[in-house]
Amino acid sequence: MKNKKLMWLISLVLVLSVFLAACGSKDEDADTSKDTNKDEDKGTTEETAGDEEQVLNLIEVAEIPSVDSSIAEDAVGFNVLNNVMEGLYRLDQESLPVPAMADGEPEISEDGLTYTFKIRDAQWSNGTPVTANDFVYAWQRAVDPETGSPYGPYLMEGMVKNATEIGDGKAELADLGITAKDDKTLVVELVRPVPYFLSLMSFGTFYPLNEEFVTSQGDKYASSSDTMIYNGPFALSDWDGTGGWKYVKNDKYWDKDTVKLSAINVDVVKETSTGVKLYDQGDKDRVVLSAEYAMQYAGDPEVTNELETSVFYFKYNQERLGEATPLANVDIRKAVSKAFNKAELTEAVLANGSIPADFLVPEDFTYDADGKDFREYSETFLEYNVEEAQKHWEKGLAALGTDTVELELLGGDSENAKKQQEWFKSELERNLPGLTVNLKEVPFAVRLELDETGDYDIQSAGWGPDFQDPISFMELFTTNSPQNKMNYSNPELDALIESTKIELAKDPVARWEAFAKAEKILLEEDAAVGPTYQRGRMALMKPYVKGLATHPFGGDYSYKWTYIEGK
Amino acid sequence: MTKYITKRVVYMFLSLFLIASFTFILMKLLPGSPLASAAKLSVEQREVVYEKYGLNDPIPVQYVRYMGNLVQGDFGTSFQYKNVDVSYLIVKKLKYSAILGAQAIFVGTIIGIILGMIAALKQNTIWDYGSTIVAILGISIPSFVFAALLQYVFAVHWQILPVGLWDGWTSSILPSIALAMGPIAIAARFIRTEMIEVLSSDYIMLAKAKGANWFEIAFKHAFRNALIPLVTVLGPVAAGLLTGSLVVEQIFAIPGIGEQFVKSINSNDFSVIMGTTMFFSVFLIVIILIVDILYGIIDPRIRLAGGDK
Repeated sequence: MKNKKLMWLISLVLVLSVFLAACGSKDEDADTSKDTNKDEDKGTTEETAGDEEQVLNLIEVAEIPSVDSSIAEDAVGFNVLNNVMEGLYRLDQESLPVPAMADGEPEISEDGLTYTFKIRDAQWSNGTPVTANDFVYAWQRAVDPETGSPYGPYLMEGMVKNATEIGDGKAELADLGITAKDDKTLVVELVRPVPYFLSLMSFGTFYPLNEEFVTSQGDKYASSSDTMIYNGPFALSDWDGTGGWKYVKNDKYWDKDTVKLSAINVDVVKETSTGVKLYDQGDKDRVVLSAEYAMQYAGDPEVTNELETSVFYFKYNQERLGEATPLANVDIRKAVSKAFNKAELTEAVLANGSIPADFLVPEDFTYDADGKDFREYSETFLEYNVEEAQKHWEKGLAALGTDTVELELLGGDSENAKKQQEWFKSELERNLPGLTVNLKEVPFAVRLELDETGDYDIQSAGWGPDFQDPISFMELFTTNSPQNKMNYSNPELDALIESTKIELAKDPVARWEAFAKAEKILLEEDAAVGPTYQRGRMALMKPYVKGLATHPFGGDYSYKWTYIEGK
Repeated sequence: MTKYITKRVVYMFLSLFLIASFTFILMKLLPGSPLASAAKLSVEQREVVYEKYGLNDPIPVQYVRYMGNLVQGDFGTSFQYKNVDVSYLIVKKLKYSAILGAQAIFVGTIIGIILGMIAALKQNTIWDYGSTIVAILGISIPSFVFAALLQYVFAVHWQILPVGLWDGWTSSILPSIALAMGPIAIAARFIRTEMIEVLSSDYIMLAKAKGANWFEIAFKHAFRNALIPLVTVLGPVAAGLLTGSLVVEQIFAIPGIGEQFVKSINSNDFSVIMGTTMFFSVFLIVIILIVDILYGIIDPRIRLAGGDK
């Protein structure tokens, strides 16, 4: 009894002293104007909850590294850009490219190399008009080696005229294949016909930049919400380079009548558990769940499932540091690819809405003119089938003249990655007698280095596309691709991919059939890689949030059409 | 005393120079690239970006350039947050961590001292056992477990304090308590042990014999002597707390510096790694210096010994 009283006393002292201490720091907090602003916002939302204040409260798992469209290189940056800026095209709710800054469809030359865009009457948030020159400046800035843009050269080289030459120092910036005929007319010259060019125009790197404003800000451009101007549905505010931020409706946006949200408050919360608590308390309207929470909330009515366009696969290295590996044998590769139960992987191990991948080009990613998914053009390959796997395995072992094989599986070192790799190991060793899988779990940076030097047997890797075309996946494993690094080479595949760039560029159906054929060679004939799963995303979202659009590449979300109803 | 301090300051700069050099070398040995999209770019495309940031220069050239800038107080700009000055980043994020750390240290030390004194003065009673239990819990339960527990009880269950995020001083209460458990335990343990030892020493007996009152003995004689070891350990603890705690900051979604430091290492953000390391080092070294000076104030014998040299 006495003990209990004592403990209570102690806890009382603890609590009291904390309040005392907290009072001491009051002064320091008073001058943070950002905090007070936030308090006000919250106050108004609560008071007018019935009238459906159009305010959305979101969580982001990382801070904004950069919203300078030439410099941005990550998901958070591109997502913000997609909502505060606008390119010639924008992805609509169904993720189809629709004219945005472009005034209607462009004029395309016979050979598919020259695009002439009319620029819509639109304004930057400071009132200056958006002109063709804003695009010329932005694109030149993105390929300029001085800028240090990662995505500019990556996306434009081999596509926009003279981009490669500028990178090599053989051409001037002014030679880049983009010119402003007048304020409202923009001409883009390509080196090859690019069937996905219009959808690519919705990507952040191609957004316009107002030269006068950007140069006047110098190094400070886009380092805070005050050193930027916006031409998209929202403008950034309350962002000083780090921490959370806020979107407010951009009243200068040409299509502002469509935008219903007046503000979006974003806080950075890295712990899913904290995010879920904030969501449960009603402070936040949406939280993306990590794997352990995904399992826990699987049956919750507020769970939403979204299929991402990242596909994961085993890379089979055929020659490790100059020596042929057992994976040089096609039967061994096929055996490994077919020997694990992909459905069990996605349902029991990942449990986050991912789906088994019997393909390389993901589902719900690319559509033809009639809205038909690329997956309907192609087939499925390397499905889970223990019997066939074991047949290939025996054939492979016989060819190698051995009955035991040891393989190293290289993968990530996150909790999730480790769980998957453990599962792969037990599944493969159980179904393929004589196989020993050694796990090597390393941080991402180390994995990249080992990939670069080709120092692995099997690597668990993945790819997320940067533009909406099957080629963003199909090109990965051609002989000279920087992503190959597994000593795989098939001239037939190379020729097929090459043909889609030139001869077939203007025949969409034949082009996609060529991709389907290439996928068959890559997976069914060669089993050069063994697809594992296409990643899903599970989130909790309040039922009163409507019209949130998700996209397969570039910015993940559009808030342009989002609204609050029934809160 | 002045001579002693001057000497210490000179050593301080020497240590900082060595720390900067070692960090620079270790950092350059880190695998990976500061580019988030490195995996997608071809070697040539990566080179172009590295050129822009001077990462293609030979390491010694980079070292000399970096140290030159450092001497002028220029930490450079971050790689992860493009165009953001490292010093700006540190100052901004440190604010949150420092508030939490200062509160934790302040509350933790005071409670710890009170608990320790009660335990020593009421040795082998229920008071003593109670405070020992608190101390043991404080030292053995990691602060993030406490953080999660506090968050659940006060924010989710009773809903009297915010779950997380920085929204005025109420947000600082729970993380500060979580962080304070360490200092409470440390202070309580040290004060108890030292006080018991001091209380049984001859001069206390003398004081008692002379008829000095209990209060005077406890505070003027015993407590002051018991403080010395506490000051020694609290210095580094304070430096650790003021410079942020990764896990507690993450649990309460507070944008502090602790989390930033770990992130900069994972993303090869060279200038932020260097900036925060240098900042932490200066902080720790200055605190140790202050602790040494404090010794002299608490215990004149140390001052004398220092002066003799």
